[in-house]
Amino acid sequence: MHERQQVSHGELFRGFNKIALSGFGGVMSWARQTVVEERGWLSSEEFTSLFGLCQFMPGPNTLNLAVCIGARFQGATGALVSLLGLLFVPFLIIISFGALYGEFGEIPLVQAMLRGIAAVAAGLMLAMGLRMAADLVRRPLLLVFSALILVGVVFLSWPLLALMAGLAPLSMWLSARRYCRAS
Amino acid sequence: MSVLTEIIVRFATLSLLAFGGASTVLPELHRLAVETHHWMSDATFAHLVAISQATPGPNSIIFTLVGWQVAGLAGALAATLAMCAPSSLLIFIFMRFWDRIQGTRWHSIIQTGISPLAIGLVLASGCIITRGADRSWGACALTAATVLAVLTSRLNPLWLIGIGALLGLAGLI
Repeated sequence: MHERQQVSHGELFRGFNKIALSGFGGVMSWARQTVVEERGWLSSEEFTSLFGLCQFMPGPNTLNLAVCIGARFQGATGALVSLLGLLFVPFLIIISFGALYGEFGEIPLVQAMLRGIAAVAAGLMLAMGLRMAADLVRRPLLLVFSALILVGVVFLSWPLLALMAGLAPLSMWLSARRYCRAS
Repeated sequence: MSVLTEIIVRFATLSLLAFGGASTVLPELHRLAVETHHWMSDATFAHLVAISQATPGPNSIIFTLVGWQVAGLAGALAATLAMCAPSSLLIFIFMRFWDRIQGTRWHSIIQTGISPLAIGLVLASGCIITRGADRSWGACALTAATVLAVLTSRLNPLWLIGIGALLGLAGLI
């Protein structure tokens, strides 16, 4: 057990601000780099465990991570400061972009550029899903749930709440059954 | 219901439904903003997603931008708060119990059970953005090339976004 270092509110804010500004389209990999390797706030194992928690709890993963790490060092105010560090500057940037879009979004050249970026953004999202799905190819039965969600959301436009309420218990049950068989 | 109340109630619900991250609730955000409330067109939604991808910061920043588009600064603040507060409170309370169930069967069962749903939702997000974004053969080809590039190389996504912007400006998309 290594001695827990002290991390102040200011350091939390600056650390998460840096994490937010170093990554595009999601910042989880940068978070690990900063928190574990550069600043040594957490050991690699501690990070992996917290990462698991942040993935399985609902909500944006990186925000969840900021809450956990902030709270670990400085309680509720630490969590708040870490969230602010993560969101403050990106908030200012995105509303500036939003204002620019409102002003110039109708210009054909801007539309053309956004079409290009949108096509790439779509590809990035699809690739992320495929990468995640690759981890599950050894469990085809679970991938059926991925497919059901995909069809329900994309082709049938069913509300997410209903889909999750219907499918989550089934997939949990399947997962529990597998687990009991294995052990 | 006023637009702001609508944003707060709907986004707070999404916050608690976002198993696997903000990207998993993009399809529901699309359904709300485009189909249910007609706050914006399909193309505008695709543009906003594109802008948020080109902005540094967490994925969830797309909610701020949608709030801004719908109701200005108040909308952006309401959207951001509604997207982070419920899930942040929940994890703040729950993290105390996490260490205790670490390594127990519940931990693995929940994690294995939730991941296929998260994967399906991320793929659904990809499909819905693709549907909004790809109105030409050039765009479809660019999306396909992006998927290939990400799966086969370690290129920083920012380069791909830059290439997309240039191809768009060149009138190819």
